[in-house]
Amino acid sequence: MEEQDLKLDGNSAAGLLRELFTFELTTARGRCENCGAVAEVGAVMVYANAPGSVFRCPQCESVLMRIVSNGGRYWLDARGISWLEIRA
Amino acid sequence: MSFVSRGFRGKRRDEGPSGRVPPGQYLVDDFPVLSAGPTPRTPLEEWDFVITGAIAEPKRWSWDEFKALPSETVTKDIHCVTKWSKLDTVWEGVSLDTLLEDVESAAEYVVAFCDGGYTTNLPLEDVTDGKAWIAYGFDGEPLDPEHGGPARLLVPHLYFWKSAKWVRGLRLLDEDEPGFWESLGYHMYGDPWREQRYWGD
Amino acid sequence: MARAAVLGRLTWQLGEVAELVDETPRVKTILLDAPDWAGHRAGQHVDVRLTAEDGYVAERSYSIASAPEDGRLAITVERLDDGEVSPYLAEELVVGDKLEFRGPIGGYFVWEAREGGPLLLVGGGSGVVPLRAMLRHRAAVGLDTPARLLYSSRSLADVIYHDELDMLDSADPHLEVRYALTREQPEGWSGYSRRVDEEILRETAYPNAEGIAFVCGPTRFVETVADGLVGIGYAPEQVRTERFGPTGG
Repeated sequence: MEEQDLKLDGNSAAGLLRELFTFELTTARGRCENCGAVAEVGAVMVYANAPGSVFRCPQCESVLMRIVSNGGRYWLDARGISWLEIRA
Repeated sequence: MSFVSRGFRGKRRDEGPSGRVPPGQYLVDDFPVLSAGPTPRTPLEEWDFVITGAIAEPKRWSWDEFKALPSETVTKDIHCVTKWSKLDTVWEGVSLDTLLEDVESAAEYVVAFCDGGYTTNLPLEDVTDGKAWIAYGFDGEPLDPEHGGPARLLVPHLYFWKSAKWVRGLRLLDEDEPGFWESLGYHMYGDPWREQRYWGD
Repeated sequence: MARAAVLGRLTWQLGEVAELVDETPRVKTILLDAPDWAGHRAGQHVDVRLTAEDGYVAERSYSIASAPEDGRLAITVERLDDGEVSPYLAEELVVGDKLEFRGPIGGYFVWEAREGGPLLLVGGGSGVVPLRAMLRHRAAVGLDTPARLLYSSRSLADVIYHDELDMLDSADPHLEVRYALTREQPEGWSGYSRRVDEEILRETAYPNAEGIAFVCGPTRFVETVADGLVGIGYAPEQVRTERFGPTGG
Protein backbone atom coordinates (compact mmCIF):
# COMPACT_ATOMS: atom_id res chain seq x y z
CA MET A 1 0.00 0.00 0.00
CA GLU A 2 1.29 3.44 -0.89
CA GLU A 3 1.61 5.83 1.99
CA GLN A 4 -0.44 8.39 0.10
CA ASP A 5 -3.34 5.96 -0.03
CA LEU A 6 -3.95 6.63 3.65
CA LYS A 7 -4.54 10.32 3.06
CA LEU A 8 -8.03 11.13 1.86
CA ASP A 9 -10.02 14.34 2.07
CA GLY A 10 -13.11 15.68 3.77
CA ASN A 11 -15.42 14.01 1.26
CA SER A 12 -14.49 10.62 2.70
CA ALA A 13 -15.66 11.74 6.13
CA ALA A 14 -18.93 13.19 4.88
CA GLY A 15 -20.93 10.17 6.03
CA LEU A 16 -19.46 10.31 9.54
CA LEU A 17 -20.09 14.06 9.68
CA ARG A 18 -23.69 13.50 8.66
CA GLU A 19 -24.07 11.21 11.67
CA LEU A 20 -23.16 14.13 13.91
CA PHE A 21 -24.38 17.27 12.20
CA THR A 22 -27.72 18.22 10.70
CA PHE A 23 -26.11 20.40 8.06
CA GLU A 24 -23.59 19.54 5.37
CA LEU A 25 -20.22 20.17 6.99
CA THR A 26 -18.05 19.49 3.93
CA THR A 27 -19.12 22.80 2.39
CA ALA A 28 -18.43 24.77 5.57
CA ARG A 29 -15.34 26.94 5.53
CA GLY A 30 -12.96 26.84 8.46
CA ARG A 31 -9.78 28.51 9.59
CA CYS A 32 -6.74 26.56 10.77
CA GLU A 33 -5.86 27.73 14.26
CA ASN A 34 -2.23 26.91 13.67
CA CYS A 35 -1.41 28.63 10.37
CA GLY A 36 -4.49 30.68 9.52
CA ALA A 37 -5.26 28.91 6.24
CA VAL A 38 -8.94 28.86 5.30
CA ALA A 39 -10.46 25.92 3.40
CA GLU A 40 -13.69 24.07 2.93
CA VAL A 41 -13.94 20.99 5.11
CA GLY A 42 -14.32 18.86 1.97
CA ALA A 43 -10.82 19.92 0.91
CA VAL A 44 -8.93 19.19 4.13
CA MET A 45 -6.81 16.08 4.61
CA VAL A 46 -8.43 13.18 6.41
CA TYR A 47 -6.63 10.17 7.89
CA ALA A 48 -9.38 7.72 8.67
CA ASN A 49 -7.95 4.24 9.04
CA ALA A 50 -6.79 4.88 12.55
CA PRO A 51 -8.52 4.44 15.89
CA GLY A 52 -10.35 7.62 14.85
CA SER A 53 -10.63 10.16 12.04
CA VAL A 54 -8.06 12.92 12.00
CA PHE A 55 -8.66 16.04 9.92
CA ARG A 56 -5.50 17.97 9.05
CA CYS A 57 -4.82 21.35 7.50
CA PRO A 58 -3.85 21.02 3.82
CA GLN A 59 -1.30 23.82 4.30
CA CYS A 60 0.51 23.03 7.53
CA GLU A 61 -0.69 19.47 8.30
CA SER A 62 -1.57 20.27 11.90
CA VAL A 63 -4.64 18.66 13.42
CA LEU A 64 -7.87 20.59 12.83
CA MET A 65 -10.32 18.12 14.26
CA ARG A 66 -10.50 14.56 15.55
CA ILE A 67 -13.49 12.27 15.83
CA VAL A 68 -13.69 8.91 17.56
CA SER A 69 -16.85 6.86 17.32
CA ASN A 70 -17.85 3.71 19.12
CA GLY A 71 -21.32 2.55 18.20
CA GLY A 72 -23.47 5.49 19.13
CA ARG A 73 -20.87 7.25 21.30
CA TYR A 74 -18.77 9.94 19.67
CA TRP A 75 -15.91 12.11 20.86
CA LEU A 76 -15.05 15.25 18.96
CA ASP A 77 -12.17 17.65 19.41
CA ALA A 78 -12.14 20.67 17.12
CA ARG A 79 -9.56 22.83 18.89
CA GLY A 80 -7.52 23.10 15.72
CA ILE A 81 -10.29 25.08 14.00
CA SER A 82 -10.55 28.77 14.85
CA TRP A 83 -14.00 29.11 13.36
CA LEU A 84 -16.39 27.46 10.94
CA GLU A 85 -18.61 29.39 8.55
CA ILE A 86 -21.74 27.42 7.74
CA ARG A 87 -24.45 28.53 5.32
CA ALA A 88 -27.70 26.87 6.20
CA MET B 1 -31.62 -10.09 13.42
CA SER B 2 -30.33 -7.26 11.27
CA PHE B 3 -29.71 -7.61 7.60
CA VAL B 4 -27.08 -10.09 6.45
CA SER B 5 -25.43 -9.75 3.04
CA ARG B 6 -25.86 -13.05 1.24
CA GLY B 7 -22.55 -14.74 0.63
CA PHE B 8 -20.36 -12.09 2.23
CA ARG B 9 -17.55 -13.42 4.38
CA GLY B 10 -15.04 -10.60 4.47
CA LYS B 11 -11.33 -11.12 4.83
CA ARG B 12 -10.21 -14.26 6.58
CA ARG B 13 -10.91 -13.80 10.27
CA ASP B 14 -9.50 -16.41 12.50
CA GLU B 15 -10.15 -16.30 16.21
CA GLY B 16 -6.90 -18.11 16.77
CA PRO B 17 -5.69 -20.58 19.38
CA SER B 18 -7.54 -20.08 22.64
CA GLY B 19 -5.75 -18.12 25.28
CA ARG B 20 -3.55 -16.25 22.81
CA VAL B 21 -6.11 -13.88 21.33
CA PRO B 22 -7.88 -11.40 23.63
CA PRO B 23 -11.67 -11.02 23.58
CA GLY B 24 -13.12 -9.30 20.52
CA GLN B 25 -9.97 -9.71 18.44
CA TYR B 26 -9.27 -11.70 15.27
CA LEU B 27 -6.03 -12.74 13.59
CA VAL B 28 -4.69 -11.21 10.39
CA ASP B 29 -2.06 -12.44 7.93
CA ASP B 30 -0.85 -9.03 6.85
CA PHE B 31 0.34 -6.13 8.97
CA PRO B 32 -2.26 -3.35 8.70
CA VAL B 33 -1.01 0.20 8.59
CA LEU B 34 -2.97 2.71 10.61
CA SER B 35 -2.02 6.33 10.66
CA ALA B 36 -3.23 9.59 12.14
CA GLY B 37 -1.09 11.70 9.85
CA PRO B 38 1.65 11.91 7.26
CA THR B 39 4.65 9.62 7.73
CA PRO B 40 7.51 11.63 9.23
CA ARG B 41 10.83 11.41 7.45
CA THR B 42 13.46 12.42 9.97
CA PRO B 43 16.96 11.82 8.60
CA LEU B 44 19.02 9.61 10.90
CA GLU B 45 21.66 12.33 11.29
CA GLU B 46 18.99 14.48 12.92
CA TRP B 47 17.32 11.72 14.95
CA ASP B 48 17.79 11.45 18.67
CA PHE B 49 16.03 9.76 21.57
CA VAL B 50 15.67 11.58 24.88
CA ILE B 51 14.46 10.82 28.36
CA THR B 52 13.31 13.97 30.03
CA GLY B 53 10.81 15.35 32.56
CA ALA B 54 10.83 14.56 36.30
CA ILE B 55 14.37 13.32 36.19
CA ALA B 56 17.63 14.53 37.75
CA GLU B 57 19.60 14.38 34.52
CA PRO B 58 17.94 14.12 31.07
CA LYS B 59 19.48 11.55 28.79
CA ARG B 60 20.02 11.69 25.07
CA TRP B 61 21.26 9.31 22.41
CA SER B 62 22.01 10.00 18.77
CA TRP B 63 21.11 7.30 16.26
CA ASP B 64 24.64 5.90 16.26
CA GLU B 65 24.77 5.91 20.04
CA PHE B 66 21.38 4.26 20.19
CA LYS B 67 22.34 1.50 17.78
CA ALA B 68 25.44 0.85 19.88
CA LEU B 69 23.35 0.03 22.96
CA PRO B 70 22.75 -3.61 23.87
CA SER B 71 19.71 -4.82 21.95
CA GLU B 72 17.40 -7.80 22.06
CA THR B 73 15.31 -9.73 19.59
CA VAL B 74 11.90 -10.57 21.01
CA THR B 75 8.87 -12.43 19.71
CA LYS B 76 5.56 -10.98 20.81
CA ASP B 77 1.84 -11.02 20.10
CA ILE B 78 0.35 -7.63 19.29
CA HIS B 79 -3.25 -6.47 19.56
CA CYS B 80 -4.74 -3.40 17.88
CA VAL B 81 -7.82 -1.72 19.32
CA THR B 82 -9.37 -1.88 15.84
CA LYS B 83 -9.68 -5.62 16.54
CA TRP B 84 -6.85 -7.25 14.65
CA SER B 85 -4.16 -9.27 16.39
CA LYS B 86 -0.93 -10.66 15.07
CA LEU B 87 0.89 -13.49 16.82
CA ASP B 88 4.61 -14.15 17.07
CA THR B 89 5.84 -10.88 15.62
CA VAL B 90 9.61 -10.52 15.80
CA TRP B 91 11.17 -7.25 16.85
CA GLU B 92 14.68 -6.01 17.46
CA GLY B 93 15.39 -3.10 19.74
CA VAL B 94 16.61 -1.71 23.01
CA SER B 95 14.82 -2.60 26.22
CA LEU B 96 13.48 0.34 28.16
CA ASP B 97 15.18 -1.20 31.19
CA THR B 98 18.49 -0.48 29.47
CA LEU B 99 17.48 3.10 28.68
CA LEU B 100 16.15 3.76 32.18
CA GLU B 101 19.06 2.03 33.93
CA ASP B 102 20.76 5.03 35.47
CA VAL B 103 17.69 7.19 35.62
CA GLU B 104 16.85 8.62 39.00
CA SER B 105 13.25 9.60 39.26
CA ALA B 106 10.24 9.35 41.53
CA ALA B 107 7.97 9.61 38.51
CA GLU B 108 5.19 7.06 38.16
CA TYR B 109 4.12 7.79 34.60
CA VAL B 110 5.60 8.39 31.19
CA VAL B 111 4.39 10.06 28.06
CA ALA B 112 6.00 8.90 24.83
CA PHE B 113 6.31 11.69 22.26
CA CYS B 114 6.94 11.33 18.56
CA ASP B 115 7.74 12.99 15.27
CA GLY B 116 4.45 14.25 13.88
CA GLY B 117 3.15 15.14 17.34
CA TYR B 118 1.65 11.84 18.48
CA THR B 119 1.75 11.05 22.19
CA THR B 120 0.64 8.21 24.41
CA ASN B 121 0.76 7.77 28.18
CA LEU B 122 1.69 4.76 30.31
CA PRO B 123 2.46 3.93 33.93
CA LEU B 124 6.23 3.68 34.37
CA GLU B 125 5.86 0.16 35.74
CA ASP B 126 4.29 -0.91 32.44
CA VAL B 127 7.42 -0.06 30.49
CA THR B 128 9.93 -1.63 32.86
CA ASP B 129 10.89 -5.16 33.89
CA GLY B 130 11.07 -6.54 30.40
CA LYS B 131 7.75 -5.15 29.19
CA ALA B 132 8.81 -2.52 26.65
CA TRP B 133 11.37 -1.72 23.97
CA ILE B 134 12.32 0.96 21.52
CA ALA B 135 12.23 -1.18 18.39
CA TYR B 136 14.09 -0.43 15.17
CA GLY B 137 13.84 -3.82 13.52
CA PHE B 138 10.84 -5.90 12.50
CA ASP B 139 10.97 -9.40 11.05
CA GLY B 140 14.72 -9.19 10.59
CA GLU B 141 14.64 -5.93 8.60
CA PRO B 142 14.95 -2.27 9.55
CA LEU B 143 11.55 -0.99 10.64
CA ASP B 144 9.59 0.45 7.70
CA PRO B 145 8.63 4.12 7.98
CA GLU B 146 4.94 3.24 7.54
CA HIS B 147 5.22 0.98 10.58
CA GLY B 148 7.02 3.57 12.65
CA GLY B 149 10.62 3.49 11.43
CA PRO B 150 13.32 4.44 12.22
CA ALA B 151 12.10 3.46 15.71
CA ARG B 152 8.88 2.94 17.61
CA LEU B 153 7.88 2.17 21.14
CA LEU B 154 6.85 -1.46 21.62
CA VAL B 155 4.61 -2.33 24.57
CA PRO B 156 2.92 -5.55 23.48
CA HIS B 157 0.91 -6.24 26.64
CA LEU B 158 -1.26 -3.18 25.96
CA TYR B 159 -3.31 -2.24 22.89
CA PHE B 160 -1.02 -1.30 20.06
CA TRP B 161 -1.93 2.39 19.98
CA LYS B 162 0.37 2.58 22.99
CA SER B 163 3.28 1.32 20.85
CA ALA B 164 3.90 4.78 19.50
CA LYS B 165 5.34 5.06 16.01
CA TRP B 166 8.21 7.44 15.22
CA VAL B 167 8.99 7.76 18.91
CA ARG B 168 11.59 10.35 19.87
CA GLY B 169 11.53 10.21 23.64
CA LEU B 170 9.87 9.68 26.96
CA ARG B 171 8.80 12.34 29.41
CA LEU B 172 8.62 11.17 33.02
CA LEU B 173 5.71 12.56 35.01
CA ASP B 174 4.35 12.39 38.52
CA GLU B 175 0.77 12.31 37.29
CA ASP B 176 -0.87 10.53 34.41
CA GLU B 177 -1.55 12.73 31.41
CA PRO B 178 -3.71 11.49 28.53
CA GLY B 179 -2.02 11.25 25.14
CA PHE B 180 -3.40 11.70 21.62
CA TRP B 181 -6.08 9.00 21.69
CA GLU B 182 -6.49 8.80 25.47
CA SER B 183 -7.68 12.39 25.44
CA LEU B 184 -10.46 11.55 23.00
CA GLY B 185 -12.28 8.48 24.24
CA TYR B 186 -9.63 5.80 24.35
CA HIS B 187 -8.87 4.09 27.64
CA MET B 188 -6.03 5.51 29.76
CA TYR B 189 -4.53 2.07 30.36
CA GLY B 190 -5.63 -0.18 27.48
CA ASP B 191 -5.39 -3.80 28.64
CA PRO B 192 -6.60 -6.00 25.75
CA TRP B 193 -7.38 -8.89 28.10
CA ARG B 194 -9.89 -6.75 29.96
CA GLU B 195 -11.03 -5.15 26.67
CA GLN B 196 -10.20 -1.67 27.90
CA ARG B 197 -10.76 0.12 24.61
CA TYR B 198 -12.74 3.24 25.55
CA TRP B 199 -13.44 5.46 28.54
CA GLY B 200 -15.58 3.65 31.02
CA ASP B 201 -14.61 0.16 29.84
CA MET C 1 -20.97 27.09 -4.76
CA ALA C 2 -23.21 24.45 -3.23
CA ARG C 3 -25.06 25.66 -0.17
CA ALA C 4 -25.41 23.78 3.05
CA ALA C 5 -28.95 22.75 3.83
CA VAL C 6 -30.54 21.28 6.92
CA LEU C 7 -30.65 17.59 6.21
CA GLY C 8 -32.59 14.68 7.59
CA ARG C 9 -30.99 11.85 9.49
CA LEU C 10 -28.82 9.66 7.35
CA THR C 11 -30.28 6.18 7.69
CA TRP C 12 -29.35 2.84 6.23
CA GLN C 13 -31.71 1.56 3.58
CA LEU C 14 -31.96 -1.59 1.52
CA GLY C 15 -31.78 -1.59 -2.24
CA GLU C 16 -32.32 -4.52 -4.56
CA VAL C 17 -29.89 -5.25 -7.35
CA ALA C 18 -31.86 -4.75 -10.55
CA GLU C 19 -29.10 -4.98 -13.12
CA LEU C 20 -25.39 -5.60 -13.39
CA VAL C 21 -23.29 -4.21 -16.22
CA ASP C 22 -19.73 -5.30 -17.03
CA GLU C 23 -17.92 -2.08 -17.86
CA THR C 24 -14.39 -3.52 -18.12
CA PRO C 25 -12.84 -6.84 -16.98
CA ARG C 26 -12.40 -5.40 -13.48
CA VAL C 27 -15.24 -2.92 -13.28
CA LYS C 28 -18.94 -3.46 -12.85
CA THR C 29 -21.90 -1.11 -12.56
CA ILE C 30 -24.64 -2.08 -10.13
CA LEU C 31 -28.11 -0.63 -10.65
CA LEU C 32 -30.36 -0.62 -7.64
CA ASP C 33 -34.05 -0.31 -6.98
CA ALA C 34 -34.45 1.55 -3.71
CA PRO C 35 -37.96 2.53 -2.64
CA ASP C 36 -36.71 5.01 -0.04
CA TRP C 37 -34.28 6.75 -2.34
CA ALA C 38 -34.98 10.49 -2.43
CA GLY C 39 -32.65 11.48 -5.25
CA HIS C 40 -29.19 12.99 -5.30
CA ARG C 41 -26.88 15.54 -6.91
CA ALA C 42 -24.14 14.61 -9.35
CA GLY C 43 -20.86 14.01 -7.51
CA GLN C 44 -22.35 12.64 -4.31
CA HIS C 45 -21.63 9.17 -3.03
CA VAL C 46 -23.24 6.42 -1.00
CA ASP C 47 -21.80 4.36 1.84
CA VAL C 48 -22.32 0.63 1.31
CA ARG C 49 -22.39 -1.73 4.29
CA LEU C 50 -21.88 -5.49 4.11
CA THR C 51 -22.68 -7.71 7.08
CA ALA C 52 -21.46 -11.29 7.38
CA GLU C 53 -23.33 -14.08 9.18
CA ASP C 54 -21.12 -13.71 12.25
CA GLY C 55 -21.88 -10.03 12.51
CA TYR C 56 -18.66 -8.78 10.94
CA VAL C 57 -19.29 -5.49 9.15
CA ALA C 58 -17.37 -3.79 6.35
CA GLU C 59 -18.24 -0.38 4.99
CA ARG C 60 -17.01 1.48 1.90
CA SER C 61 -17.98 4.62 -0.01
CA TYR C 62 -18.84 4.56 -3.72
CA SER C 63 -19.52 7.51 -5.96
CA ILE C 64 -22.94 7.53 -7.55
CA ALA C 65 -22.53 6.81 -11.26
CA SER C 66 -26.05 7.75 -12.29
CA ALA C 67 -27.42 11.21 -12.94
CA PRO C 68 -30.24 12.52 -10.74
CA GLU C 69 -32.46 12.26 -13.81
CA ASP C 70 -31.75 8.57 -14.42
CA GLY C 71 -34.44 6.15 -13.31
CA ARG C 72 -32.24 3.95 -11.14
CA LEU C 73 -29.47 4.58 -8.67
CA ALA C 74 -26.17 3.21 -9.99
CA ILE C 75 -22.74 2.70 -8.49
CA THR C 76 -19.65 1.56 -10.38
CA VAL C 77 -17.18 -0.66 -8.55
CA GLU C 78 -13.61 -1.51 -9.49
CA ARG C 79 -12.51 -4.89 -8.16
CA LEU C 80 -9.33 -4.40 -6.14
CA ASP C 81 -7.13 -7.49 -5.97
CA ASP C 82 -6.65 -7.34 -2.22
CA GLY C 83 -10.02 -5.78 -1.59
CA GLU C 84 -12.54 -7.01 0.91
CA VAL C 85 -15.72 -5.35 -0.31
CA SER C 86 -15.08 -4.74 -4.02
CA PRO C 87 -14.64 -8.43 -4.94
CA TYR C 88 -17.99 -9.17 -3.29
CA LEU C 89 -19.75 -6.36 -5.14
CA ALA C 90 -18.08 -7.00 -8.47
CA GLU C 91 -18.21 -10.81 -8.47
CA GLU C 92 -20.56 -12.29 -5.89
CA LEU C 93 -23.58 -10.02 -6.09
CA VAL C 94 -26.42 -11.17 -8.38
CA VAL C 95 -29.66 -9.62 -9.57
CA GLY C 96 -32.19 -9.88 -6.76
CA ASP C 97 -29.65 -9.57 -3.96
CA LYS C 98 -30.20 -6.85 -1.39
CA LEU C 99 -27.58 -4.24 -0.64
CA GLU C 100 -27.51 -2.02 2.41
CA PHE C 101 -26.45 1.57 1.84
CA ARG C 102 -27.00 5.15 2.98
CA GLY C 103 -26.95 8.42 1.15
CA PRO C 104 -26.71 10.57 -0.77
CA ILE C 105 -23.65 11.98 0.96
CA GLY C 106 -21.49 14.96 0.19
CA GLY C 107 -21.90 18.60 -0.70
CA TYR C 108 -18.44 19.74 -1.59
CA PHE C 109 -17.70 17.61 -4.64
CA VAL C 110 -21.02 18.30 -6.33
CA TRP C 111 -21.99 19.95 -9.60
CA GLU C 112 -25.46 21.10 -10.51
CA ALA C 113 -26.17 22.27 -14.03
CA ARG C 114 -27.41 25.64 -12.79
CA GLU C 115 -23.91 26.38 -11.43
CA GLY C 116 -22.71 26.85 -14.97
CA GLY C 117 -19.20 26.43 -16.28
CA PRO C 118 -17.08 26.02 -18.22
CA LEU C 119 -16.56 22.67 -16.58
CA LEU C 120 -13.19 20.92 -16.54
CA LEU C 121 -13.40 17.34 -15.30
CA VAL C 122 -10.19 15.39 -14.67
CA GLY C 123 -10.44 11.77 -13.60
CA GLY C 124 -7.93 9.03 -12.92
CA GLY C 125 -9.03 5.40 -13.06
CA SER C 126 -12.28 4.90 -11.15
CA GLY C 127 -12.18 8.63 -10.36
CA VAL C 128 -14.19 9.05 -13.56
CA VAL C 129 -17.33 7.71 -11.88
CA PRO C 130 -18.68 10.91 -10.25
CA LEU C 131 -17.57 12.88 -13.32
CA ARG C 132 -19.67 10.63 -15.53
CA ALA C 133 -22.65 11.36 -13.27
CA MET C 134 -22.01 15.07 -13.84
CA LEU C 135 -21.85 14.63 -17.60
CA ARG C 136 -25.04 12.56 -17.63
CA HIS C 137 -26.75 15.24 -15.56
CA ARG C 138 -25.55 17.94 -17.93
CA ALA C 139 -26.83 15.99 -20.93
CA ALA C 140 -30.17 15.20 -19.26
CA VAL C 141 -30.81 18.85 -18.46
CA GLY C 142 -29.85 19.67 -22.06
CA LEU C 143 -27.52 22.53 -21.30
CA ASP C 144 -24.76 23.68 -23.59
CA THR C 145 -22.41 24.51 -20.73
CA PRO C 146 -18.93 23.98 -22.18
CA ALA C 147 -17.39 20.90 -20.64
CA ARG C 148 -14.20 18.90 -21.07
CA LEU C 149 -13.34 15.55 -19.57
CA LEU C 150 -9.72 14.53 -19.30
CA TYR C 151 -9.65 10.86 -18.34
CA SER C 152 -6.45 9.04 -17.39
CA SER C 153 -6.42 5.26 -17.53
CA ARG C 154 -3.85 2.48 -17.82
CA SER C 155 -5.06 1.27 -21.20
CA LEU C 156 -8.03 1.50 -23.52
CA ALA C 157 -9.42 -1.74 -22.09
CA ASP C 158 -9.48 -0.10 -18.66
CA VAL C 159 -11.45 2.93 -19.79
CA ILE C 160 -14.82 2.81 -18.05
CA TYR C 161 -17.89 3.97 -20.02
CA HIS C 162 -15.82 4.24 -23.17
CA ASP C 163 -18.65 3.94 -25.68
CA GLU C 164 -20.93 6.21 -23.70
CA LEU C 165 -18.30 8.92 -23.34
CA ASP C 166 -17.42 8.82 -27.03
CA MET C 167 -21.10 9.01 -27.87
CA LEU C 168 -21.69 12.00 -25.60
CA ASP C 169 -18.63 13.67 -27.12
CA SER C 170 -19.67 13.21 -30.73
CA ALA C 171 -23.29 14.21 -30.10
CA ASP C 172 -22.43 17.43 -28.32
CA PRO C 173 -20.36 20.22 -29.85
CA HIS C 174 -19.84 21.80 -26.44
CA LEU C 175 -18.40 18.66 -24.86
CA GLU C 176 -14.95 17.26 -25.48
CA VAL C 177 -13.51 14.05 -24.04
CA ARG C 178 -9.77 13.40 -24.05
CA TYR C 179 -7.97 10.31 -22.84
CA ALA C 180 -4.50 9.80 -21.43
CA LEU C 181 -3.50 6.14 -21.62
CA THR C 182 -0.52 5.75 -19.36
CA ARG C 183 0.68 2.16 -19.84
CA GLU C 184 -0.56 0.81 -23.12
CA GLN C 185 -1.88 2.49 -26.24
CA PRO C 186 -3.53 0.91 -29.28
CA GLU C 187 -1.91 1.30 -32.67
CA GLY C 188 -2.50 4.65 -34.24
CA TRP C 189 -3.47 6.18 -30.91
CA SER C 190 -3.82 9.92 -31.22
CA GLY C 191 -4.67 10.73 -27.60
CA TYR C 192 -2.19 11.31 -24.78
CA SER C 193 0.25 8.51 -23.99
CA ARG C 194 1.59 9.61 -20.65
CA ARG C 195 0.49 10.61 -17.17
CA VAL C 196 -1.37 13.88 -16.94
CA ASP C 197 1.13 16.68 -16.43
CA GLU C 198 1.04 20.46 -16.52
CA GLU C 199 1.51 20.55 -20.27
CA ILE C 200 -1.50 18.31 -20.87
CA LEU C 201 -3.51 20.40 -18.45
CA ARG C 202 -2.50 23.58 -20.23
CA GLU C 203 -3.64 22.11 -23.54
CA THR C 204 -6.92 20.83 -22.13
CA ALA C 205 -8.02 23.51 -19.70
CA TYR C 206 -10.09 26.46 -20.79
CA PRO C 207 -8.14 29.62 -21.60
CA ASN C 208 -7.80 32.04 -18.69
CA ALA C 209 -8.54 29.22 -16.26
CA GLU C 210 -12.24 29.91 -16.48
CA GLY C 211 -14.96 28.06 -14.65
CA ILE C 212 -14.76 25.17 -12.23
CA ALA C 213 -12.55 22.10 -12.20
CA PHE C 214 -13.38 18.78 -10.57
CA VAL C 215 -10.53 16.34 -10.02
CA CYS C 216 -11.09 12.79 -8.80
CA GLY C 217 -9.03 9.63 -8.45
CA PRO C 218 -6.21 8.20 -6.35
CA THR C 219 -4.64 10.64 -3.92
CA ARG C 220 -1.40 11.01 -5.82
CA PHE C 221 -3.18 11.67 -9.11
CA VAL C 222 -5.47 14.25 -7.56
CA GLU C 223 -2.62 16.13 -5.93
CA THR C 224 -0.51 16.20 -9.08
CA VAL C 225 -3.43 17.46 -11.14
CA ALA C 226 -4.66 19.97 -8.56
CA ASP C 227 -1.16 21.39 -8.21
CA GLY C 228 -0.88 21.48 -12.00
CA LEU C 229 -4.14 23.39 -12.38
CA VAL C 230 -3.06 25.94 -9.83
CA GLY C 231 0.22 26.11 -11.71
CA ILE C 232 -1.56 27.10 -14.93
CA GLY C 233 -3.61 29.78 -13.28
CA TYR C 234 -6.59 28.22 -11.51
CA ALA C 235 -7.34 29.69 -8.11
CA PRO C 236 -7.45 26.97 -5.45
CA GLU C 237 -11.15 27.74 -4.84
CA GLN C 238 -11.94 26.86 -8.45
CA VAL C 239 -10.53 23.37 -8.09
CA ARG C 240 -12.60 20.81 -6.22
CA THR C 241 -11.02 17.50 -5.41
CA GLU C 242 -12.06 14.04 -4.28
CA ARG C 243 -9.39 11.54 -3.31
CA PHE C 244 -10.03 7.81 -3.47
CA GLY C 245 -7.96 5.59 -1.24
CA PRO C 246 -7.57 1.86 -1.69
CA THR C 247 -10.80 1.48 0.25
CA GLY C 248 -12.65 4.11 -1.73
CA GLY C 249 -13.47 1.95 -4.67
